[in-house]
Amino acid sequence: MSETSTPYRKPLPVVDIWSTPFWNACREHRLLMQRDKVTGEFWFPPSPVAPRTLSKEWEWAELSGLGTVTSWVVFHQKYYAGFADELPYNVAMVQLDEGPFIFTNLVGIANDEIRIGQRVRVTFRDANELVSIPVFEPVGEDAR
Amino acid sequence: MSDWSLRDRACVVGVGTTAYGSFPESDAYGLGADALQRAVEDAGLKPEQIDGLIVSRIPSFERFAEIAGLNPRFTMQTPVHGRFASISLELAANALACGEANYVALVYGNNGRSQRMNYGGGDATWSPWGMTSPGALHAMMWRHHMNRYGSRSEDLAHVAVAFRKHAMLNPHAVMREPLTVEQHQAGRFIADPLRLNDYCLINDGGVAWIMTTPERARDLRCKPVYVSGYARRDTYDNSSTFHPDLWHPALQEVTREVHARSGISREDLSGLMIYDNFTPTVLFALEGMGFCERGEGGAFVRDGMLELGRGRWPTNTSGGHLSESYMQGWALIAEAVRQLRGSAGERQIPDCKALQYICATNCATSIIFRN
Repeated sequence: MSETSTPYRKPLPVVDIWSTPFWNACREHRLLMQRDKVTGEFWFPPSPVAPRTLSKEWEWAELSGLGTVTSWVVFHQKYYAGFADELPYNVAMVQLDEGPFIFTNLVGIANDEIRIGQRVRVTFRDANELVSIPVFEPVGEDAR
Repeated sequence: MSDWSLRDRACVVGVGTTAYGSFPESDAYGLGADALQRAVEDAGLKPEQIDGLIVSRIPSFERFAEIAGLNPRFTMQTPVHGRFASISLELAANALACGEANYVALVYGNNGRSQRMNYGGGDATWSPWGMTSPGALHAMMWRHHMNRYGSRSEDLAHVAVAFRKHAMLNPHAVMREPLTVEQHQAGRFIADPLRLNDYCLINDGGVAWIMTTPERARDLRCKPVYVSGYARRDTYDNSSTFHPDLWHPALQEVTREVHARSGISREDLSGLMIYDNFTPTVLFALEGMGFCERGEGGAFVRDGMLELGRGRWPTNTSGGHLSESYMQGWALIAEAVRQLRGSAGERQIPDCKALQYICATNCATSIIFRN
C-alpha cells in the first residue's frame, strides 16, 4: 500500500502499555498474543493478567496466523473519514486457531462472497513506517 | 425461593417523562430536572422527602443534586449504558428493603440528539479496522444468529412494524408514520445485515421514577406498582467482541430466577417491555426468556405476537426505543407503570395485571411488575 504517496488516513491503533508488544510485532509482520504459561490459554486484547487465574505468568507467543470467520458485517455508514473511499467495507469476527476472537478486515474476497466458516490467514498492511495492521485473506480448508 | 424476601418490598409510586425530540435550549440536567418535577408531583410527594437518589446519563450526581436541592442519605450515579435502567431500579429496591432510604428518586436525562451523539467513530480498540458502533456489533450478532438458525432480515421487520403500530397510538412518540415490512426491507443498510429501521432513535428527553416501600405507598396519591421480582446475570467474557452464545445461558438463569422470585409465571404476564436498542435484541430477549425456542424468535413474532389487540404478549406498547424514543430503558419502565395503572390511553393493554421488563445485554436483567 506504499506505492503511492497518499498519506494513510484510517485510524491508527490506540497503543497502551499492554498492547505495545502486539503492535511492535505487527510491524515485523508477526502475530503475537499473550499466553498463560501454565494453562497455555491465549487471549486478546492484551491485558495485565491472565483471565480467571489472574496470573502474571504469561508470555508473548507467535500464532499460526490461521483462523475462521465466525461473523461479519458490511459498513454502509461512514463513521471514519479514512474509510470513506472503501464504503461499503467489511469487518469480520475471526476466531484464531489458538482461541481468541478478533475483529478485522477480510482482503482478497468480495463482500458478497464472505461466508461464516471461511478459513483465513493473517497478512499485514503497512500504514506507515512504524505501524502495520493485521488483516486476513482466504485460504483453503486444509491450510496449516 | 417460594418466599423471596424482597418480593413486593418496593414499588413505583411516581413517574415523570418529558417530551422527546430535539431540545437544544436545555441539557441533560434540565431534562432530568423536568422529569423529576413531574414524577414528584405524580407521586404527591414534597421534594424534601426524597432521601435516595440515583442518576443516569446526567454528567454529575453532585451537580444534579445541587440543582434539585437534594441532600439524600444515599446517592449514586451509574455508567451511561442503558442496561443500568433496570440495574438502578434493582439497587433502589434493595436500598428500600434494607432501610437505606424511604423515598428514592431515579432520574435520567439525555441530550444526545442536540449534542449530535452518533454512537460511532473515535479511537478505540477496533478503530484501525473501521469497526465501531453498538449497531454494527448487533449486526455482527444477528449475522451469527442468521447463520446458526436460518433467521432472516424480514424477521426483524415484524418487530419494527409492531412497535411502530404502538407508537401511532402514543401522542408522545417521535415516529408515528406507518411502517410496513416492505418499507423496512427497502430501508438502507447501516451495517449490513441491519437496516435503518432496525436502529433506535437518538433523542433528547428525561425520565424519572419515584420508588418507596409498600407501607409508605399507601399514603400516596397513585395506586402503587409493585416490584415483585428481579434477577440479573452478567457475562463479560468476550465483551471486546461479542459472546457467541448471545448471552442465552445467562438469560435462561435470569428467567428461572425472576419467575421464582416474583411468584408470577409467564402465563400470568399481560405484556412485555423489552430493551430494543436494535431489533435483534428483542428476539434474543424472547428466546432467552423462554417465550420460544432458541433460534425461533423470527417465527414467534411473525404473526403479530407482540402487537396490541393481536398477540398474546403486547410488547413495548409505547413504541419502544425503535419508535417512541431511545430513553435507554427508562421510558419503557415508565410505560410499564402507566400500563399497570391503567392510564395508557389508546394503547392500554386490557386488564393489565403484570408486566415483565427484559434487557438482553452482557448484564442480563429482568424485572416483573404487578399492580
